[in-house]
Amino acid sequence: MNKAKPIALPVNGRELSAVVPCNETLLETLRGLGFFEVKSGCEKGDCGACAVLVDGEAVDSCLTLTWTVEGREITTVSGLGTVESPHPLHTAFIERGAAQCGYCTPGLIIAAESMLRNDTREPSLDDLRLALSGNLCRCTGYTKVFDAVSEAARVTRETGEST
Amino acid sequence: MSESIITTRGGANVKFRQVGKALPRIDAPGKSHGKTRYAGDYVMPNMLHVKVLRSPLASARLRRLDVSEARKLPGVVCVLTHEELPDRLAPTDIPGQTGRKRLDTDQQILVRERVRYHGEPIALVAAETTAIAERALDLIEYDLDPLPGVYDPHDALKPGAPIVQGTNNVVAEYKVRKGDTEAGFVAADFVIEKTYRTQFIEHAFLEPEVGLAWVDENEVINIRVSTQVIEHFRFIADAVGVPHNKVRILGSLIGGGFGGKEDITVEIYLALLAKATGRPVRLCYTREDSFFGHGKRHPFTLKYRTGFTRQGKITALQVDMTADAGAYVYLSPYVLLYATVAAPGPYRVDNLRVDARAVATNNMFTSAFRGFGAAQACIAHEQQMDEAAKALGIDPLELRRQNFLRTGDLIATGVPIESAVWSDECMTRAWQALGQRTPDDGPVKIGRGVATYQQSYGRITWLHDTSEAWVGIEVDGTVVVRSGVTDIGAGQISALAQIAAELLGVNLTDVTVYNSDSATTPLAGTTTATRALYMTGNAVRLAAEAVRLRLLGRAAREFGVEPGEVDIADNRVFVIARPEQSMALKDLVAVCASEGIHRSELVIFRAPFTDGIDPETGQGRVHPDYAYGAQAVEVAVDTETGEVTVLKSVGAHDVGLAINPDAVAGQIEGGAAQGQGYALSEELRYEQGQLISPSFSEYLIPTAMDVPEYQAIILESRSGVGPFGAKGIGEPALTPVAPAIANAVADAIGVRVFDLPITPEKIVDALQSLDK
Repeated sequence: MNKAKPIALPVNGRELSAVVPCNETLLETLRGLGFFEVKSGCEKGDCGACAVLVDGEAVDSCLTLTWTVEGREITTVSGLGTVESPHPLHTAFIERGAAQCGYCTPGLIIAAESMLRNDTREPSLDDLRLALSGNLCRCTGYTKVFDAVSEAARVTRETGEST
Repeated sequence: MSESIITTRGGANVKFRQVGKALPRIDAPGKSHGKTRYAGDYVMPNMLHVKVLRSPLASARLRRLDVSEARKLPGVVCVLTHEELPDRLAPTDIPGQTGRKRLDTDQQILVRERVRYHGEPIALVAAETTAIAERALDLIEYDLDPLPGVYDPHDALKPGAPIVQGTNNVVAEYKVRKGDTEAGFVAADFVIEKTYRTQFIEHAFLEPEVGLAWVDENEVINIRVSTQVIEHFRFIADAVGVPHNKVRILGSLIGGGFGGKEDITVEIYLALLAKATGRPVRLCYTREDSFFGHGKRHPFTLKYRTGFTRQGKITALQVDMTADAGAYVYLSPYVLLYATVAAPGPYRVDNLRVDARAVATNNMFTSAFRGFGAAQACIAHEQQMDEAAKALGIDPLELRRQNFLRTGDLIATGVPIESAVWSDECMTRAWQALGQRTPDDGPVKIGRGVATYQQSYGRITWLHDTSEAWVGIEVDGTVVVRSGVTDIGAGQISALAQIAAELLGVNLTDVTVYNSDSATTPLAGTTTATRALYMTGNAVRLAAEAVRLRLLGRAAREFGVEPGEVDIADNRVFVIARPEQSMALKDLVAVCASEGIHRSELVIFRAPFTDGIDPETGQGRVHPDYAYGAQAVEVAVDTETGEVTVLKSVGAHDVGLAINPDAVAGQIEGGAAQGQGYALSEELRYEQGQLISPSFSEYLIPTAMDVPEYQAIILESRSGVGPFGAKGIGEPALTPVAPAIANAVADAIGVRVFDLPITPEKIVDALQSLDK
C-alpha cells in the first residue's frame, strides 16, 4: 500500500488539508478537494490544461506530486479574482473572446499570470508565444489569446496592480 | 492586435441592435473564471470508476478470455465481456429524423471473436476506485491469435485480400455522371493528371471523452456526457435493450468536438454498467484512451484529371477517390458523399465524372471530422488548380476566377446554387491582406498560396433534419431559451441568446439558455455539419418572433396604434414614430401574464426534405446550401532543413451574416491553426494497424510557438438559409487552409509534396529530387 499523510495546502488563500498518498498528483488532490477548474487533458505534462501557480510559478499539476508542494501557496484560475472583482486576465479573456470551448482557458490564464508576475514590461508576440508554449489550445488558434494577454498586461501596467 | 474586417452587401436596411455585435459570449465569464462545469466535473456518492481493456493487436481472433481473477479482486464490482452481451449491438449510424437506419452498421460492443482494429474494446471493469479498475485490467487473461489483416485501402480492394467484415471490403461507393467528360477532354487544349494523398488525423479536443451515468427511480438511465449529439439516446436505448424513453442524455458545455464527439463514445459502456451494478458509474478516458476511443479523419487518395482550354477554362474533370474507412462503417458513407459532392470545388464543371469509394481496413475506424470529406476534396482540387496554373502559365488566382461558380450555376450534383457565391471576393480580399511580400533570405525561401472551397452547411436533405426551440419571456422581462442543442465551444448557445435578445428587445445578459438535455429541452438535433446556427438559430428566431408578435399586439392596444407601429429595444416597448410613448417591457409582460396571453412558443424548424440522389449519376439535391470563401497564406521554407514557418494566414469567408463577429473570427482563426497542423505536422502513424503515436508529444498539434497572428475577414452576403441570411463557418474555416499552405510551400520551393503532412523530411527529399 502507498503511504499517506495529512498535507497542509493553502489553496486560493484558504487553509486546506487532505490526507494524501505519496504517489498522488497535485491534479488529483485539487480535483478531489473540488477545484474542478483544474482540468485534466493528458496527465503527461503535454497540454498544460492542469496548470496552477505554486508560489507564483506556473506548474503542470499532473506532473507535481502533492507531497512535494506541502505548505506552499497554490493558486488556481478561480483564486486570481472573482466575478465581482475580476483579475485583468479574466476580464480580457471575456471581452476579447479568447475562450471558445474553455477547457484550456484556466491553464492559459495561469501561464499568462506567471509571465505577468515575472515580467511587467510590454510583452512582445514572441514573449507571449514562449509564455503560452506549454499550453495546447485546439479551438482559438491562439490569436485572441495573445490579444487578451496583451490587453491584461496593459491594464496591469496602467493600474499598477500587483497581483 | 488581431483584426477582423467585416464587409456587408445587400440587406443593409435591416437595423440590428444585438445581432452583428461582437458581444462577449454568454459562456465567456464562466469559462474565464473557471466556473464552467464540464461533464467530467460531476461526481456522485457511491459512484464506481470504469476502465476499458483494449486489444493490443489490430487483426486477431479472441481464443480465450478469462476474467475470473479480475472479478475476485477486492473492490471490483462488475466486469463485462461479450459473454454478458450475447444479443447486444452498438448502432453506428448518424441519428436522423426519418427513423431509417443503414443496413449492416450495427457492430459488436465488446470483442466477441474477431478483433478488427488496434484498441478495440474487449472488456469493461467497474470498481470502487480507478486504481483498482486498472489493476483488474491486468488480471484479465486472454489469448489472441493474430490474423492476417489489411492496412491499405488499395490492398483491401485486391482479389484475395483479407476481408475485414461481411463479404467484401467496399463500405460505400458514390458516382457522379454529369455532362460528357469524354467530349470535354477532347475539347481540352491541355490535360493534367495528378494524385494527392491525405493522412489520418486526430481531433485532439482538450477534454477527453467522459461521462457519468446512473439509473433513477423511474428506471431511466441518465448519462451526463461530453457529446455533440444528445439524440444518441435512442441508439443507446436500442443497444442496452430498453425503451427510448428510458435513456436520458444530459450534456454540459463541451471541451471541444470537431466531429470527434459526434459518434457514441462512452455512453453504451456507462449505460450497461449502471444497469448492471445499480450504482452511478463514471468513465473518463485518458488521453491515450482518447486516441483509441473515437474515429479519425479519413485518409484519401485523390486522382484528379482535369482538361482546360488554353485560356484556362475547365472543359472536363475526372476524379477517382479512395478513402480508408478503417475497421467499422461509422460515418464513412456520408463522408465519402460529401467528398464526392465537393470534388470539383467552387468551380463550374459541366463535364464531370467522379468515382469514389470508402474501403474497410484493419486500421482505426474513421468518421466525422470538421470538413467531413469536403476538406480532403479541397486539398486535391486546390493543389490541382495551382499545378494547372503553373503548367498553363496563368496566374493561379486568374485561373480560379475564370472558373468560379456563379449563383444559378449547377453544382456537381446538378442542382443550382441558390445563394451568393463570393469566392472571388473572398479570394481577392484574403490575397490583398497578405500585403507586402516578405523577401527571401538566403536558403529561406518565401512562398504564397491560396485556396478556395465549397462546403455545405446543414445536414443531408434526405435525413429530413428538424430542430426545435422554445423561447419564453418571464414576468420580470428576462428571456429563457430552451433547446437541446449542444455547445462544443463555438458559441452555439450564445448565438441563440443573441438572436432572442434581438427579437425581444433585451440585452444579451438578460437571456438564459437551457440546453442539451434530452429529457427537458426540445430536441434540436446534432451540433455537427455546420448546422447548429442554421437549424436551431432559425427555430429560435421563429419562436422569438411569435412571442414578439404577441407582445407587440398587446402593446399596440395599450398605445392605440397598429402592431407594426410598435418596437421593442433596451427593455422598453415604444411607438416607433413617438418613442416617448413607451412602457417598460416587464410592465407589458406583466399585463400579458395577467391576461393569460401566451408568453412562450415552441417551434420546429424543418430543413428542405428530399428523398435521395440518383445512384448512377449522383444527380439531385444533397444539402440545403453551400458556403464559399478562401484562405491565403505566406510561408517561409528553410531549404536546408525543410522547416516551414507560416508567416501570414488570412481566412476570408462569406458567412452570410455574422451573428457575433468575434465568435466568427474565432472560428476562422481556430480553423487556420487546425488546418495548419493538418498541412504540416499532424499524422496518426499506423504501422500494420498499430497506432504508434498516441500522445501529444508524438502527435503534434500547433502550439503558440507555431502560429502567426491569424487574420479573419468576414463577408456578409445575407444570402444564406440561416437566420437573417446567415450561412455557417464551423467547417468552412478549416477546409481551405491545408491546401493553401501546400500551395504556398510549392510556390516557395518550386516543387510539390503530394502527400500530407508536408514534413521537413519530405521537403528535403523533394528538393533533392529536383537537383537530380
